[in-house]
Amino acid sequence: MSDSPVQTSATVLTVRGVQDYHAMTLVAPAVAERFRPGQFVALAVGGDHSSRLIRRCFGVYEVKPDYGGTVEVVFADSEPGTAWLAGRRSRDKLDVLGPLGRPFRLPRDPVTCLLVGGGPGGAALFALADTLRRRGCKVHFVLGGATGRHVFGSRMAQRIGDSATVTTEDGSTGERGTVREILPRVVAETGADVVYACGPTPLLRAVTRVAAEFGLPSQVSVQEFLGRTGACGIGACMTCVLPVQGEDGVTRMVRACADGPVLRGDRVRWGDLGTIPFDALGAPRAAALPDGGAR
Amino acid sequence: MSDRLRTALGPLDLSAPLLTAAGCAGTGRELAAFFELSKLGAFVTPSVTLRPRAGRPTPRVTEAPSALLTAMGLPGPGIEGFLDRDLPWLAEQDVPVVVSIAGDSAEEFGELAARLRGAPGVAAIEVNVACPNVEDRGRMFSRHPRSAASVVRAARAGAAPGTPVLAKLAPDAADLANVALACVDAGADGLTLINTVEGTAIDTTTLRPTLTGVSGGLSGPAIRPIALRCVYQVHAALPDVPIVGVGGVTSGLDALEFLLAGASAVGVGTTLFHDPGAVPRILRELDEALAARRLGRVADAVGLAHKPAGYAPPLAGIDVPPPAAPAEPAGELKETLP
Repeated sequence: MSDSPVQTSATVLTVRGVQDYHAMTLVAPAVAERFRPGQFVALAVGGDHSSRLIRRCFGVYEVKPDYGGTVEVVFADSEPGTAWLAGRRSRDKLDVLGPLGRPFRLPRDPVTCLLVGGGPGGAALFALADTLRRRGCKVHFVLGGATGRHVFGSRMAQRIGDSATVTTEDGSTGERGTVREILPRVVAETGADVVYACGPTPLLRAVTRVAAEFGLPSQVSVQEFLGRTGACGIGACMTCVLPVQGEDGVTRMVRACADGPVLRGDRVRWGDLGTIPFDALGAPRAAALPDGGAR
Repeated sequence: MSDRLRTALGPLDLSAPLLTAAGCAGTGRELAAFFELSKLGAFVTPSVTLRPRAGRPTPRVTEAPSALLTAMGLPGPGIEGFLDRDLPWLAEQDVPVVVSIAGDSAEEFGELAARLRGAPGVAAIEVNVACPNVEDRGRMFSRHPRSAASVVRAARAGAAPGTPVLAKLAPDAADLANVALACVDAGADGLTLINTVEGTAIDTTTLRPTLTGVSGGLSGPAIRPIALRCVYQVHAALPDVPIVGVGGVTSGLDALEFLLAGASAVGVGTTLFHDPGAVPRILRELDEALAARRLGRVADAVGLAHKPAGYAPPLAGIDVPPPAAPAEPAGELKETLP
């Protein structure tokens, strides 16, 4: 079962600062050899006797065969758990689960792909770009953020992409504006056949809408949502649910980790994230009685 | 694993004293990627409800010191979906399945238990008595002996006569032993102690409660002392009733604590979210811990903490150095003595 995830004690190779983020390379051959672009890893934080029980889930930036198989993740140091991770040094050990979740679906033919990233989420697009290029696809990037320091990988995107457009809200890097504003133009210019995205929820929502306007399929990774709402990363805890409409038209609360993190953008009910839509399967009925205390 | 780990929960014979805790092991498929479910004494399902339930909106979880605070709202496929998709898969896994059931009224518990009659692979039914009782302004059934007994009685009546019924109680009760007694009188063959402890967290950025449900259930190592107190108290009051001890078990020694307090088996829950491979490790650690104390089987450890100090098995088992001979008084001192 080489596609099933593993739990492994990984050795930290390096931790380095990249703009406002941290990039951590882990020696984890069993994870590296199973990994497919779009999947993520779940790291335990705080050591063996940690009081922090929620795993931190990150998309994988790069997988390399050197040193027996390494996995690199990029994350923002935004709370005590990620701060602890940022403080790791070479040769430290980390408990890693991975690769987890469903990967990006790949096109069968060499088509033109538009990859849209926001914040550290953009990191998860580079492994995808690599795979797409090897399949003969054209790869165009759009990377956005509030300021230049919030855009991850713009130089790398310029190097490996057929084109790379960077937007910042303050105009400090690339064009001034939001991804939403420039995306229709880029789609038209590149003649994209499919749109892939990874980043904050508002970005994914905007990408989905633009893709729909152009009649293009969109594959989005809800990794950022998973990071905010998930606990286990493997699908057991049911805490990271979001409303997704199935092919049968029924909305179900699906897990961002095990049923995602890559979802069809047009299936996600973006406006209803953080709610149980009234028409979702199993939604409380109108005259719902109080259910405080139920677990 | 050795025979040392065999245990019994009343009529249930288990190859190991470790169970999953309801709602903490998904459908079983998620964990099966990390260890063979057959290593478990039994797999306990998430609480099954009559109809599908979407549960509460996110955020459903927040981190607390050595704990999680969750308000899930019992999401699940409903009994129909459970019988169609989840139970058949579990029945093939060579592990006894304990089906947890949850309802809004005693009748729902009875109906759920009846629907499980004849279903393949059901080793026991666990009644989630910590459900809100809609007829009693949403207060938990387990807060009061009479309401707890009513759901256990309904489940017992609905279940097949040979199927053991366990009652799972929350610690938030004025007199837990009394609630436990009422459940046993109503036909429970055993008790699961404890469900989560009610708690609240406030987000200091948004200045609002963190969970959409406002209050949630606290689980994890932080509640272990509470769980041990409950097991100890109830075992003292009802020494013949088998207990599954649940609450913050992360290691073999944690599990041993529960056995010593009076549990015949132990459930692992929140630990599985943190460490999905915990089951084989905890079993190995428990096996070693029993061996090191010369406890030949789980039953020898059950309730030992209630015995007076110096009671044979524990002290005989531990490799204590023989008491040192009384020190000889110093020579010169001896000479001065008469």
